[in-house]
Amino acid sequence: MHKVYTNIIQISGDVITVEAQGVGYLEIAQVSTRRGTSLAQVIRIDGKKVSLQVFAGSKGVSTGDKVRFLGHPMRTASGENLLGRIFNGSGQPLDKGPQISDNLVDIGAPSVNPSKRIIPSKMIRTGLPMIDIFNSLVESQKLPIFSIAGEPYNELLARIAIQAEVDIIILGGMGLKYDDYLFFRDTLEEHGALSRSIIFTHTAADPVVECLLVPDISLAVAEQFALAGKRVLVLLTDMTNFCDSLKEVSITMEQVPSNRGYPGDLYSQLASRYEKAVDFEGAGSITILAVTTMPGDDVTHPVPDNTGYITEGQFYLKGGVIEPFGSLSRLKQQVNGKTRDDHRTIMDTMIQLFANYREALEKQSMGFQMSSWDKKLLRYGKLFESEMMSLKVNIPLEKALDLGWKILSDCFSPEETAIKKSLIDKYWSNG
Amino acid sequence: MPAERTGIIARINGNMVSVDFDTFVIQNEVAYIIHKEERLKAEVIRVRANTAEMQVFESTVDLKVGDKVEFSEELLSVELGPGLLGQIFDGLQNPLPLLAQKCGFFLKRGIYLKALPEEQEWEFTPLVKAGDKIRSGERVGFVPEKIFKHFIFAPFSLRGILEVADVANKGKYNLKEPVAKVKDAEGRETDVFLAQNWPVKIPICAYQEKLKPKDPLVTKMRLIDSLFPVALGGTYCIPGPFGAGKTVLQQLTSRHAEVDVVIIAACGERAGEVVETLKTFPELIDPRTNKPLIDRTVIICNTSSMPVAARESSVYTAVTIAEYYRQMGLNVLLLADSTSRWAQAMREMSGRLEEIPGEEAFPAYLESRIASFYERAGLVKLYDGSMGSVTIGGAVSPAGGNFEEPVTQATLKVVGAFHGLSRERSDARRYPAIDPLISWSKYKGFIDDKQEERGHEILRKSHDVAQMMKVIGEEGTSLPDYIVFLKGEFFDFVYLQQNAFDKVDEATTAERQIYTFDFIYKILEAEFSFVDKEDALKFFQKLRQLLRGWNSCVWKSGEFKKAQEEISLLVESKLIDDSIDKKERINA
Repeated sequence: MHKVYTNIIQISGDVITVEAQGVGYLEIAQVSTRRGTSLAQVIRIDGKKVSLQVFAGSKGVSTGDKVRFLGHPMRTASGENLLGRIFNGSGQPLDKGPQISDNLVDIGAPSVNPSKRIIPSKMIRTGLPMIDIFNSLVESQKLPIFSIAGEPYNELLARIAIQAEVDIIILGGMGLKYDDYLFFRDTLEEHGALSRSIIFTHTAADPVVECLLVPDISLAVAEQFALAGKRVLVLLTDMTNFCDSLKEVSITMEQVPSNRGYPGDLYSQLASRYEKAVDFEGAGSITILAVTTMPGDDVTHPVPDNTGYITEGQFYLKGGVIEPFGSLSRLKQQVNGKTRDDHRTIMDTMIQLFANYREALEKQSMGFQMSSWDKKLLRYGKLFESEMMSLKVNIPLEKALDLGWKILSDCFSPEETAIKKSLIDKYWSNG
Repeated sequence: MPAERTGIIARINGNMVSVDFDTFVIQNEVAYIIHKEERLKAEVIRVRANTAEMQVFESTVDLKVGDKVEFSEELLSVELGPGLLGQIFDGLQNPLPLLAQKCGFFLKRGIYLKALPEEQEWEFTPLVKAGDKIRSGERVGFVPEKIFKHFIFAPFSLRGILEVADVANKGKYNLKEPVAKVKDAEGRETDVFLAQNWPVKIPICAYQEKLKPKDPLVTKMRLIDSLFPVALGGTYCIPGPFGAGKTVLQQLTSRHAEVDVVIIAACGERAGEVVETLKTFPELIDPRTNKPLIDRTVIICNTSSMPVAARESSVYTAVTIAEYYRQMGLNVLLLADSTSRWAQAMREMSGRLEEIPGEEAFPAYLESRIASFYERAGLVKLYDGSMGSVTIGGAVSPAGGNFEEPVTQATLKVVGAFHGLSRERSDARRYPAIDPLISWSKYKGFIDDKQEERGHEILRKSHDVAQMMKVIGEEGTSLPDYIVFLKGEFFDFVYLQQNAFDKVDEATTAERQIYTFDFIYKILEAEFSFVDKEDALKFFQKLRQLLRGWNSCVWKSGEFKKAQEEISLLVESKLIDDSIDKKERINA
């Protein structure tokens, strides 16, 4: 028996307040309006006054509309039947398939006991040298892609998705442009990856609050797969939209903003999502790759700033490439010692030389004379940019390491690279 | 037993609930929300008329207006007794491994376990006899815990002079069996157990007096010990933007610091980092004791996705355990990572209480809370004349890496040393990324004052020259200025920077630091003759390479001496002829 209430006493933003009794905190309700029904979630209870955020937005809600409380928190279906399907933020199908209600699980379940976590140790290969060699992605890592608007971050995400060696891909789209959504769908389909993917999407035209559910629902579904032993990759784009929705709701709720209008609990809100990344002992894992667009390329903006404190590094996408400086995978040390014996050496040497190249470039632009060493560096830098950094490159790690040796031997003598002799003997290409 | 006091929930807003009651409530009292079969812990944080506002230490999903609340009469407390060392607790002192055995992968709300195993027996040796007069916090006996004598104290909560009415014989006892009985001036008798409870937000003050910290705490980090020392019983903070290496620095300190007990409070940070400590500490051997590091460590772990209110209490839990071990005459180091997350937990609650916000929405009492937390550090003289200390090192995560923000500023007002990390240094891979130009310390280290001051000076001057060079280029810089620049860089590279991946270089003893600093000081003071800048650069590059090798040599080994001789020879080759006396000094 679900109780129905009709006394809506306040509508403000996408939050409505109804007089009701016996309602649980964060319980889900159905709001029926002339325009159809929408799910809503309780976000504050004050005596009889129950405030709910309406996922479809409050447009067209009348004070006499019906609110029916469902007696449980937000749930989602989970399991194999979701594979290949596309849903919106509330879990309603967007493709032509049927509604699914198998294996319902609560979203936003409690966090993992830290003593049950294990130290991550498996690398995820992506085919991108800038990731595989220089900032290896590790299973159970949470990593954002910091990017400014206009960068090909969705392309990058899609490429990693189709290439990464994982069992399941879950894409959570927040505030996606409709054509970006189509792009993801088509790319996954083209590469035959759609059958092992699930898409939860909220497009830019959808109501703001629905966006808030996307990470939770994606991660709740991912968690079930991981517990069943699957390796799951969760892609979230764009988390800045998620934060902006949080901001909108908290302002509507008259909460005191902390920094540039964002709520004071932004850090905890983001952390409770990102911390779902985990490697379960004896079961599967969840890896999170998220896009965080930086307003005005400002890394100190509250969203990238709070994100950076939570995640295990970041990929910094700038000028269409993954920028080697500023990008960091905090977990790379856990895996890059176990791939090939020259991995760390190639990583360190090539980056140091690339830093020298940047300095030489600066000197050149200031009109200083170029020494022969500078000229070598310039040649090296150009090669590095075109053959390693470009997002078009798609080679396995071993090939990429070989390519690294080739570039080095094309530009320098072995001594100039300061690589230790045993490795030079083994890998230096003399032709 | 007083009648059970109860109330009912009237409002729910995030992790704050308002409870209507009709008897009385106590500020900071613990209460339990009865929700179906669950009992959720909460703490009273504000009382207005007949409504108590409480922060709930758990998720509040599904709670309803009208749910019953039971008040417990107790302030939020921790259990103090043998068995704490080597443990890992959440912010409310739930043992996490035990919780995992019980609940599996996920934390389950409303499950609270005893912090210490009640049944475990400990070999008790009495130190008092019936009729002895003692004070609260004095020792009645001890049990062995890992490598320490774990003293058992007369309850901290008692007042005045107590008479020992009874004391147990030497033998094995568990936590439920009394080992002594004390009588206060009014004749009231209290049992003494191996463990006792103490409210976390109240400092344990059972000592004669608090003294000024004077002896340095050796962290084996050269940059800290030599230039920005920390004292035993002092306080310091490490603010820094993300990715600058705060956590790595704290981890290194927790491994190498020369203290008896280390309490790690992982407060609102990544769970993965705690896991690393958790999995590696049982295998790492403490060179001081030859026992696994975990044996001297207590981990309080309330990571970022765990309930926020428990995050707020986790730093208090940690400092209370630290004070308890200080009471045994030990030197305790508390590392809190990160105090900003703790401050944010206060901010979240303040927002829900609809308090008038201060700067960046932090509550107006932020500064006083931070100050009273750091004030719990200190060197104390115990009743029996022995000394104990609690040193607090807090990491701070300023928003946007900007040190002007309220938490960093409030912290800087109360700490004795400031180790500011900078993005520039970490980008340049100069680790530890503590910026020597902005950091400071009020404590005295073990390096000779004059030498230390000279060290700071050369860094400042070198920086000035580097700034100038950016404008006028290398060509426009005079040779003497250029040498100053090179000396500063040299000092930075071979002394301040330390390789955390090198077995030898990762930790430098006080003895070695004094020796090396003295050696490098002479090089910094020496006058060299160079043909040109190129010559100078080559010389210092060579020197740098040699000294780095020297840093990796085992202290006083043959290799170490050989490397030093090679360096001395190189230095001599460039000394100005008329500084013969200097040459002699370097040879000596």
